[in-house]
Amino acid sequence: MSVAVKLEDVHKSFGAVEVLKGVSFEVAPGEVVAIIGRSGSGKSTALRCINRLEKVQSGVIEVCERQVNDAKLDLRALRQDVGIVFQSYNLFPHLTIAENIMLAPRRVKHITRAAGRALALEKLAQVGLEEKIDAYPEQLSGGQQQRVAIARSLAMSPRVMLFDEVTSALDPHLTGEVLRVMETLAKGGMTMIVVTHEMGFARRAADRVIYMHMGTVWESGSADILTNPQTPELQDFLANEL
Amino acid sequence: MPTGFNLNYLIYLFQGMGWTVLLSLLAFVFGGLGGFLVMLARISRIEAVRRIANVYIQVVQGVPLLIILFIVYFGLGILGVSMPPLVAAGLALMIYCSAFLGEIWRGSVEAVPRTQTEAAECLALTRWQVLRDVVLPQAIRIATPPTVGFLVQVLKSTSLVSVIGFVELTRAAQVINNTIFQPFAIFGIAGVMYFALCYPLSLWSRILERKLNVGRR
Ligand SMILES: Nc1ncnc2c1ncn2[C@@H]1O[C@H](COP(=O)(O)OP(=O)(O)O)[C@@H](O)[C@H]1O
Ligand SMILES: [Mg+2]
Repeated sequence: MSVAVKLEDVHKSFGAVEVLKGVSFEVAPGEVVAIIGRSGSGKSTALRCINRLEKVQSGVIEVCERQVNDAKLDLRALRQDVGIVFQSYNLFPHLTIAENIMLAPRRVKHITRAAGRALALEKLAQVGLEEKIDAYPEQLSGGQQQRVAIARSLAMSPRVMLFDEVTSALDPHLTGEVLRVMETLAKGGMTMIVVTHEMGFARRAADRVIYMHMGTVWESGSADILTNPQTPELQDFLANEL
Repeated sequence: MPTGFNLNYLIYLFQGMGWTVLLSLLAFVFGGLGGFLVMLARISRIEAVRRIANVYIQVVQGVPLLIILFIVYFGLGILGVSMPPLVAAGLALMIYCSAFLGEIWRGSVEAVPRTQTEAAECLALTRWQVLRDVVLPQAIRIATPPTVGFLVQVLKSTSLVSVIGFVELTRAAQVINNTIFQPFAIFGIAGVMYFALCYPLSLWSRILERKLNVGRR
C-alpha cells in the first residue's frame, strides 16, 4: 500500500452550494496529516467523504486501495479500515464503557464477550482509563469520554484514523490529555488525518499540514508552513488563531 | 322483585374484568407486534414502504375504533369471512393499536440523535445492528411514557367491543344494573376495577422510566 488515502479533484455540493471545490491530497501509510482552516472551509466535509458519510459529486477518493465512490464499494469493509472520532464523542449513553468499546468487535468480528472485555481493557490501557471500564459515559469528564471514543475506534483495528476537532468541545484544561493520547498514537505509526485548531499539536505531531480555504487545499507542506506561511490567507489565519 | 347486590354479581363483574384483561392483552401483544412492523416500515429506506405505512397510520387514526370493529366483524362477515367475536375483536384492536404505537415508536426512534446512528455506522455495524444495539435501547426510554399512556386508553376502550357480544367489565356492570338498578354501587365498583387495572400500569411506567434513566441524564 503506497498511499493510505488519496483525494483527487473532489467536488462536493450540498444542494446548490459547492463546499469542496476540487480537493486533492495524499496521505502515506503511517503519515500524520493535520488539516487546519477557518470554520466553514470544508474540513469536516472532506473527512466525512473519506469514510463515505457523504457522497461526492465528482473526483476520486481512494482509501486503503478501495475506491470510495465506487457503487460496488463494500461500505462496511471501508468502515472497518477507517476509524473516526467526532467533536461530540458520541458514546452510546445506555452502554458501559466496556460495552461501548466491544460492541462493534463483537458484532462485526464475532469475538466472545470475554475476548471483547479483554480487548476493551487493552484499548482503555492505551488511553489510560482502565479503571473506568464499568462506568457509564455520563460519569466521565469530556476529556475522558473523548479518550474512550478513541479507544472504541481503535478496538476495530483501523488502518486509518480520522479526527474531527476532537478537542474543540472540551474545557481547555482537558484538551491536553486527549492530545497526548493522539500524539502517542501518531508515534506508534498510525495513519492519521487530524482536523484541528491546536497549532501546537500540529507542530509537534504532524508530518504534514494542509491549510484548507474556501473548499480547496490552499497551502500545504511540512509543519514549517505554520511558522513560515506562504500565502496571505494562511498568514491571516495563523495571526487570528494566536 | 329486584334483590340487592350479592356475591354472584361480584363474580359476574370479575368475569367481565377477566374479558377486559384478555382483550387488553390481545391489543397490547398483537398491537405491539404490528406497531413494531409499522414503525419499521415508517423508517424504511424504501420510499414506497414509508408512504404505504403513512397512509395506513393516517387512515386508522382517522377512523373510530368502533367503526374498525364493525368493518372487521360485520363487514368481513358479509364477504363470507366469518370469524369468532374474539378473533374479530383481537384483529380490530390490533389494527387500531398498531397504527398508534407505530407512530409513537417512529417518533421515539427519530428522537434518538442522528449522531448516535452515525457513530454506530462508522464502527461498521449493519443497519439492523445499529437499530437493535444503539437506537432502539435509547428509543425505548423515550417511548415508555407515551406508550403506557396509550395502553391505558386502550384498556378503557375495550368496553367498545361489547357491541359484538362481549360481556366485558362495562357490559357486565350494565347487565347487573338493568336487573337491580343500583348504578352508583355497581358502576362505582366497575370504576374501581378499571382503576385497579390502569393504575399499576401507570405506576409501572414511572418505575420503568426511573430504572431506564440510570446511566443517562
Ligand atoms: N449536511 C449539510 N448540508 C448543507 N450544508 C452543509 C452540510 N454540512 C456542511 N455544510 C456546509 O458546508 C460548508 C463546510 O462545512 P464543514 O465541512 O463543516 O466546514 P468546517 O469543518 O471546515 O468548519 C459550511 O458552509 C456548511 O454550512
Ligand atoms: Mg468542522
